[in-house]
Amino acid sequence: MKKALLASVATCFLLPAGAMAEDTVKIGVLVALEGVFAAGGADGVRNVEMAVEQAGGMAGGKKIEIVVAPSDTTPDTAVRQARKLIEQDGVDIILGPLSGSEGIAMRDYAKTVPDKTIINGISGALETTWVDPAPNFFRFNLDGSQWGAGLGSYVVEEKGWNKVATVAADYSFGYTNFLGFAVDFCRSGGEIVERFWVPLGSSDFGGVIAAMPDDIDAIYLGVGGTDAINFLNQYEQAGAETNLIGGTIMADQTVLTSKGRAKDALIGTPTSGPLATDDPSPAWQNYVKAYQDAFPEDERFPAPSLFGVGYYVAALAAIQGLNEVEGDLSDGQVKLREVLSTKPLETPLGTVTLNENRQASGSVFITEVVEDGEGGLKVELKSRVDDINQTLGMTPDEFRAMGLPSRDTPDCAALGGKG
Amino acid sequence: MALVERTVPSGTTWIDRVPGIWWAIALILLIMPVIVNDFILFQVFGWSLVLGMIALSLMFLAGYGGMVSLIQMSVAAMGGYMVAIFGTSGVAAISMELPWWLYIPIAIIIAAAFGTLVGALAVRTEGIYTIMITLAIASAFFYFARQNYGIFNGYSGFNLVVPPPLFGVDWRQPVPFYYLALGCAALSYFAVVYVSRSPFGLALQGVRDNPRRMAALGFNVTAHRIAAYTFASVIAAVGGILLVWQNAQISPGTAGIPAVIDILVIAVVGGVRRPVGPFIGALIYTVLRTFSSDILTTFGLSGERFKLLIGLGFLAVVFFSPDGVLGLWERWRNRKNRDSDPLTGEPK
Repeated sequence: MKKALLASVATCFLLPAGAMAEDTVKIGVLVALEGVFAAGGADGVRNVEMAVEQAGGMAGGKKIEIVVAPSDTTPDTAVRQARKLIEQDGVDIILGPLSGSEGIAMRDYAKTVPDKTIINGISGALETTWVDPAPNFFRFNLDGSQWGAGLGSYVVEEKGWNKVATVAADYSFGYTNFLGFAVDFCRSGGEIVERFWVPLGSSDFGGVIAAMPDDIDAIYLGVGGTDAINFLNQYEQAGAETNLIGGTIMADQTVLTSKGRAKDALIGTPTSGPLATDDPSPAWQNYVKAYQDAFPEDERFPAPSLFGVGYYVAALAAIQGLNEVEGDLSDGQVKLREVLSTKPLETPLGTVTLNENRQASGSVFITEVVEDGEGGLKVELKSRVDDINQTLGMTPDEFRAMGLPSRDTPDCAALGGKG
Repeated sequence: MALVERTVPSGTTWIDRVPGIWWAIALILLIMPVIVNDFILFQVFGWSLVLGMIALSLMFLAGYGGMVSLIQMSVAAMGGYMVAIFGTSGVAAISMELPWWLYIPIAIIIAAAFGTLVGALAVRTEGIYTIMITLAIASAFFYFARQNYGIFNGYSGFNLVVPPPLFGVDWRQPVPFYYLALGCAALSYFAVVYVSRSPFGLALQGVRDNPRRMAALGFNVTAHRIAAYTFASVIAAVGGILLVWQNAQISPGTAGIPAVIDILVIAVVGGVRRPVGPFIGALIYTVLRTFSSDILTTFGLSGERFKLLIGLGFLAVVFFSPDGVLGLWERWRNRKNRDSDPLTGEPK
């Protein structure tokens, strides 16, 4: 018995999964199932399963087999798990990863496996598809800077707020998301009076609030989760005198459903992002309904999360690609890559096309926080900006000249604004 | 005129004194590349050897010095960061691109200096306070690396950090990397065994057992402890350099609190009494880490609960044997010996 057990364990190690049947296609799902994004990551897995289910479990005449590889949002783990998926499990396509720094690590890893295809889950770092992109890495979701686009001109034109101070998280997503807002805002003639950068996980915003200039129309708030709640609490106590503008992660469910009155300061705050839960378009409504029907209420979110939608779109892309090439993955998947690069994809968020860096162009939704009539808050769709591309409407050279997102980039004055 | 009485019969050499099982293990380790596939070689064994080295540095401090230090992972990460900063990486604005024979020693020296400094602070405390102070410095290092953009490149860290192509070999390929890691691990292992039997190592074990008596005998207790930190830090630094080469990148998460705790878990599970313990612990850790979600899915359970399996495995080991896996083995051997005749050694 013991020997048999040992032998079977040994065989597990010795046999790579190369000996798989010809008529299946293996899709690896690289997703964070540990750490702060675990709940969102689980929603990603659910959505991939749903997309495969909707396709009847088949793509390109082959049966789809899903292998899930859990990560913990660190790039080290993401690369390890990706290597396991490809070398040990023998997958053909990887869907993932979830977070920004994982995405950059996967871009570098993708170059070492040129015969496989990686379709981004929902990671949003600009650099992933902008700086030295990998030819086999595809991203069908918008990046962090695109998520911020459209909000700047909205606040200038619709709200008449021309002078803002900004408070944003001092790391890559904070810079990137801010850049999307600032480019648009400065081009509309806005003025950024002061930029404050706060470390992730800050609990004391007293200094920032005290140093806030007086003569501003609004504060741009590019922090999320508990940081946002802490800021709002302290801002409320300090008098809450001006308007707020929210970054993409600020008006999410953790903030909107938090306890206490601090969040009331958010009412009327415009924000932008890649989806709006009350989007009336039939594609989105059908998708939400399918999601709600596919899983019992206690095993899902009320509506698909940002992470879930990202992985759903990635799975759609893989399935459409495999169908187009009729499951032909020969020659290092060259046909699949051709189809993925060129064929527009119909998604719940609208039609997505990829550019020469294999980065999506698509729609951004401008929403505003309103009272839901039951003592809580919700977001309401205000406007939709289509065809936001990777360079935010600039030429690639102009965009490159602006520099990569950082504390001082973009330079507002150079874009036609002030400050 | 033999002044020294030979204790070993003249026909035997040191080769005969090494038990057969050690030769068997060494042989298996050497021919591993023909037994297993590249993935197992690089990902499971390569990673085990690297983590084993970092845990070995903790084992040295805890087992021989009686000091449970949680700084070893940070020291390793410091070594890795220095390789990225002084060597080549994808972040051209910070990396200095020095030649390999310069940046590797620099990295080890800086990491060892960092470890020594922390040691100098920590040796004045005992027991739980050592754990607290080293944990505090480890988390300070993590937050500092995450927020410092001038040197550590903040949240994103360094990517494309690869080993130098020495002798025309790409050391990141599975087989070369395996032998590189195996070589470094073997060197560290024998260094620890050697030091533990040297006068310094014996004095250190004396300090562990009774610092007051050692001080009365004229030994400088503090200096011995700090020197132990320096020695352990060199091993951790080499492990950290291999780790950054294997991952090809380093970011603050490499030395985050979970990683720091993982090293402690590895050392405890393997056993901190013997230098081989950390390597056994590291192998168990990497196997669980790599395959736990597959095991769960095989039994029809949700793969999301993979951490549960890792936790249960560690809990079981610690519950059944406070000395880790090695302790289990020793207990089993003692019981077998008890069953034999004490005079002849024959089984009863």
